Amino acid sequence: MLSDVLLIAGKDLRVELRSRIALNQVVPFALLVLVLFGVALDADSSTLATFTPGLYWVAVVLAALLAVHRSVSLEDGDGADEGLLMSGLHPASVFLGKAVALIAELLLLALVLLGGVLILYGAPVDDVTLLLLTTVAAVIGVGAAGTLYGALLSGQRARETILPILLLPVLAPVVIGASRAFGDAMGSVATDGWSWLLSLTGFAMLYLAVGSVAHGALMEEA
Amino acid sequence: MTTTQEAVETGRFDTATGSRTTRMLGWALSIGLIVLLWLAFIATDPDIRIDAASGDEIGQFDAVRLIYVHVPMAIVAYTAFTVTAIGSVMVLLRRSVWWDLVAGASAEIGAVASALTLITGSIWGRPIWNTYWRWDDVRLMTTLVLFMLALGYLAVRRLEGSAESRARRAAIVGILLVINSIIVNRSVEWWASQTLHQQSTITDAAIEDLTLFTFMYAIVFGLAGYVWLLIKGFRVAWLERQNERFGLVEALEQRRAEAERTDAVNAAVDTGTGDQS
Repeated sequence: MLSDVLLIAGKDLRVELRSRIALNQVVPFALLVLVLFGVALDADSSTLATFTPGLYWVAVVLAALLAVHRSVSLEDGDGADEGLLMSGLHPASVFLGKAVALIAELLLLALVLLGGVLILYGAPVDDVTLLLLTTVAAVIGVGAAGTLYGALLSGQRARETILPILLLPVLAPVVIGASRAFGDAMGSVATDGWSWLLSLTGFAMLYLAVGSVAHGALMEEA
Repeated sequence: MTTTQEAVETGRFDTATGSRTTRMLGWALSIGLIVLLWLAFIATDPDIRIDAASGDEIGQFDAVRLIYVHVPMAIVAYTAFTVTAIGSVMVLLRRSVWWDLVAGASAEIGAVASALTLITGSIWGRPIWNTYWRWDDVRLMTTLVLFMLALGYLAVRRLEGSAESRARRAAIVGILLVINSIIVNRSVEWWASQTLHQQSTITDAAIEDLTLFTFMYAIVFGLAGYVWLLIKGFRVAWLERQNERFGLVEALEQRRAEAERTDAVNAAVDTGTGDQS
């Protein structure tokens, strides 16, 4: 099981290492979103510092949409999805493998963006541990839900327009929770960030489980 | 309703969605609507109370009449999405076409009802809360996100691919509809940790008898309307499905007829060369 997961994840990450789509297109896009927020809000540093948690997570979620597209399109061409089906790997392993690869890419993206907001927005950091753990938990949730909804739309030409409608409402609770936890870690919101971290972890676990179960039904139909 | 097989054999297709029962239900609902309008606008009084301390008139005045639309629509929306979720489970368990069409028809009604819930609620909120929208209200946020999730579900139903493939994809989204709305509900409740929203008004003893009757009547009317629309929506979907399948049957028959003609011509060329020799 674990070796199958790593096999699929390794495949996706190798493709990424060789094509550098996420690095060369998704990360710059996310940084552009940060810059646009900066100019749209008049580059007022006190405003930016206050709204950093929310702006950061909106930027991550928007960039994640692109990363999900990329992850799904790897299986679209050349009958790759049929190859996966014929490989005899358990659908849950395929799901977890693709999710792990997507999560690894998103984690890199989130860390680059974190550097971006700390430098560009001048956001203060009170609690580094909470900040990093929140990033990990929220990114796992986004990656798991993204992989599931991406698989739902595999092979569909209308994927680019439907994915945001499907995925953004689902990720709304992650944006709420992660922004709150970041608010606590950055000292801009008086709330218990650790309990938000716990709920983010719950979301991530739930979507990993639901995705593993549902992926079987989806692969049959692909 | 005739099945595709019967329709192809007899050449008779259903062209309407009505039956004796739905026509009677439709007429009953039309009369019921007139009664509801009379109850809501004429028979019941506006909500005006006298403040004991100052002697001023307080209350919701005519805005209270909106609950006769708002609450039934909210109940219809949540009922409809529950039916969609149940249908989705049945699709995955039994590959049931019937439940797939019911789930789809129900979600369409749910989307409209949740939109109407949000619109009527906003109109009511303007005079009573002095704002159209509140971000920290858990019921508003849950209904809004549920409405958006329903739009996504309906988009998945319109995907390309075979009917069965669409049904399975939609069923997974349909089940997640419930899971996601529970997550949103919990997280907003925790986030906002307060609500301005009216608590359930039914237990309020101050509510007048006729107002209470109208309120209950409106809920029953809304649910009956839901059933009527669900039957109609199901039949439209069923006819669409029949049309899709019959289209294929007809095309196959035309190709076969073509092949038979070609065979006959070939046979004539091969054997019937009498006039050429």
